[in-house]
Amino acid sequence: MFLPKSASGLLKGALAVAFLGAGSLTAQAETTINAVMNAPLRALDPAISTAYILRNYGYMIYDTLLARDEAGKVQPQMASWTVSDDGKTYTFTLRDGLKWHDGTPVTAADCVASIARWDQVDKTGQVMASLMETMQAVDEKTFTLTFKEPTGIALLALSKPSGIPPFMMQKKVAETPVSTPITSTIGSGPFKFDASAYQPGVKAVFLKNEDYVPRSEPSSGMAGGKVVKVDKVVWTTMPDPMTAMNAMMSGEIDFIEQAPHDLLPLVEGNPDFKLQTFAKQGSQNLVRLNWTQPPFDNLKYREAALEALGQQSMLSAQVGNGKDASTTCAAVFGCSGPYATDYKADDIIKPHPEKSKELLKEAGYDGSPIMLMQATDLASLAPQGPVIAQQLRDGGFKVDVVAMDWASVVARRSSKAPVAEGGWNIFSTTNVLPDVGDPVGFIGTAAGGDSAWFGWPNVPKIEELRAAFARASDTETQVKIAKEIDQLAIDNVVMIPMGEFANINVVSSKLSGMPEAEAPVFWNVTKSE
Amino acid sequence: MLSFIIKRILSAIPVLFMVAILVFLVLRLAPGDPAVMIAGPNATPDQLQQLRESMGLTRPLLEQLIIWLTNMAHGDMGTSLISGKPATELIMDRFGPTLALSLSTVVLAIVVAIPLGVVAAWQRGKVLDRLVMGLSVLGFSVPVFIIGYVLILVFARILGWFPVQGYQPLSNGFVPFAQRLVLPSVALSFPYIALIARIVRTNVIEVMNEDYIRTARAKGLKESAVLMGHALGNAAVPIITIIGVSIAMLIGGVVVTESVFNIPGLGRLVLESVLARDYTVIQAVILLFSAIYVVINLVVDLLYGVFDPRIRY
Repeated sequence: MFLPKSASGLLKGALAVAFLGAGSLTAQAETTINAVMNAPLRALDPAISTAYILRNYGYMIYDTLLARDEAGKVQPQMASWTVSDDGKTYTFTLRDGLKWHDGTPVTAADCVASIARWDQVDKTGQVMASLMETMQAVDEKTFTLTFKEPTGIALLALSKPSGIPPFMMQKKVAETPVSTPITSTIGSGPFKFDASAYQPGVKAVFLKNEDYVPRSEPSSGMAGGKVVKVDKVVWTTMPDPMTAMNAMMSGEIDFIEQAPHDLLPLVEGNPDFKLQTFAKQGSQNLVRLNWTQPPFDNLKYREAALEALGQQSMLSAQVGNGKDASTTCAAVFGCSGPYATDYKADDIIKPHPEKSKELLKEAGYDGSPIMLMQATDLASLAPQGPVIAQQLRDGGFKVDVVAMDWASVVARRSSKAPVAEGGWNIFSTTNVLPDVGDPVGFIGTAAGGDSAWFGWPNVPKIEELRAAFARASDTETQVKIAKEIDQLAIDNVVMIPMGEFANINVVSSKLSGMPEAEAPVFWNVTKSE
Repeated sequence: MLSFIIKRILSAIPVLFMVAILVFLVLRLAPGDPAVMIAGPNATPDQLQQLRESMGLTRPLLEQLIIWLTNMAHGDMGTSLISGKPATELIMDRFGPTLALSLSTVVLAIVVAIPLGVVAAWQRGKVLDRLVMGLSVLGFSVPVFIIGYVLILVFARILGWFPVQGYQPLSNGFVPFAQRLVLPSVALSFPYIALIARIVRTNVIEVMNEDYIRTARAKGLKESAVLMGHALGNAAVPIITIIGVSIAMLIGGVVVTESVFNIPGLGRLVLESVLARDYTVIQAVILLFSAIYVVINLVVDLLYGVFDPRIRY
């Protein structure tokens, strides 16, 4: 086995021909993209999970009615639309040539059933459903959504690019209750799922859908023509990022969705690879406080925590000193979108330990420890805990850090009990920017008490504003409302923004044309030999 | 002999039963929730509750245990809570890579370690002995993943002789199958070579002082024949024991190697299932591991009789 490189290459070639025969020569003509995605694909229902890998899977095999282009503008995808003069009724018409992967045509009834399943589980969908009076198929290609009052929510919701996007499914599949994960892999999207090659947690294979009719417009963001230029895309799970990087450098794979920042120097400057960063695929760090338990049921303590924390240290711990892959940002809805604001930027971005101590003194802090949950098994979250703990200590808090795996964090954070009985005081996490930039759907600013996300902040005015945002039909009003929500979220410390960082793709220089979209998608991508 | 085998197999049933109950209870008492893992970080409490109900996780614990044990008794290991695929199918998919990796590692470890141990015993106290023992300390001390990374760097990245990662079943051809097993097997075999070589050395040295060795030498046998024909055979029982223990350790210890070399085996399945709280799969795999341990112990006991005719069952 231990041969000189040239001899080994010859031997490999000879053996490959001997073992694989002529069939392999045909197979070699296929263009395959080998990709390592952010997580293993283990489930197949994109409507019941907000896991990003399922969103990415959904974009491979399903299609959406509407889509947002690179500039964020809503564009027709499967359907075009018209709005009635009173602004209450949206009529959608499916374009020609849409077929499911089993060859049957896509109908309006399929779309109505798909929306009806999706709007039960997605936050934005739920808001849309609450404003809707009727949804019905008019004929094979047309359906309508009629609302109780004029609203712009339909376009906002049906073009939602992340979280749980509204993917269209066959009616018989979409009628599955949301409590039962679907197992069908029939979509109408640009790729077909190769069920026979699927190994949950190991490998997923997507084949070019030869029957897919792309739109004629050029690809832009999630919108435009989804032209597939390769035969096959293989997602391989690699649990060890170092292995993925080695495989990349050996030419065994072509794409790593999220490369750890500390491994990037291995490929930086190498012309065989590109480091690709799409602003829309970045993430926001956030710290969440438990409003139902002392001390953070008291606004003074929450303000003290906000003053104690600063963003740069955490970002440096995540992406390394001197890297330009991160940015401080005080806006709860992110700094790259239309709702960016610098409200209380200095308080949020920089640590102010002395202010924190003053606030704790005013509140009569007795030195009782607060419990911080630290997830240690995820590369982006593991560095957060120690930084948060130290900053809070500098600000006068006594902190107990409890290290655990992410599964234990998500189990424990659902408890409203006191810490001694399995509850918690603080945890931190990240959300991708397309989710963060959606004032209706973003969980970080929802403040409906028991119905809010973990931490259960209760600020009724924020809920009123979120509903008003959903009803607003012009951008100017939406921006104004979003900024009001931002101020209330910061004043009440509903969440503490902890800066933004880029998720960096490592891409073989053989690949080109990947759309700058909210999720990594493989249409429009070419692979040269 | 047959009655011994039957007795041992029957005695394994209560062991496996106890393991099953223990695993079931430990998993249910550990923090974590498969519904949360499926639904993702932004799921609402209502969504989670619906998922838990559909998975049967809201039923009383005793009822869940009885359902699972009944299904197990009928050969149904359950369905993965995460992927919806039968646990048996997932295990069968992952069994081949782990078996191939474990077997190649064991064979490599035995083929390398036994001669090394015998040579070290023969050259006791001399340079060769010290070298072998020094290397065995290194084999124990350096973590497998470090060895793996070094092998990848040298033999895959620099020399380009082997692929960095992955697994190909034997049905895809022997060359791709073997190419992808060489580096992981070498990496994984290091600690086992160290362990077995030390045990071989110690036991060969011990029997070298026995009267029958002196007799063999007095007969004029060559030293190599004395070592291989008399010393090694008589030192076999503890060596077989340690090889058996090594195989048992190996089956549970392939996780790191499978991760470093991206081999989709059982070790990774267990790790993924634990992180996702996929109860049914964890239970099924741990039961399988327990059954394998029982079989290995039985085989080791039977081999005692082969190498030492005084041992009879």
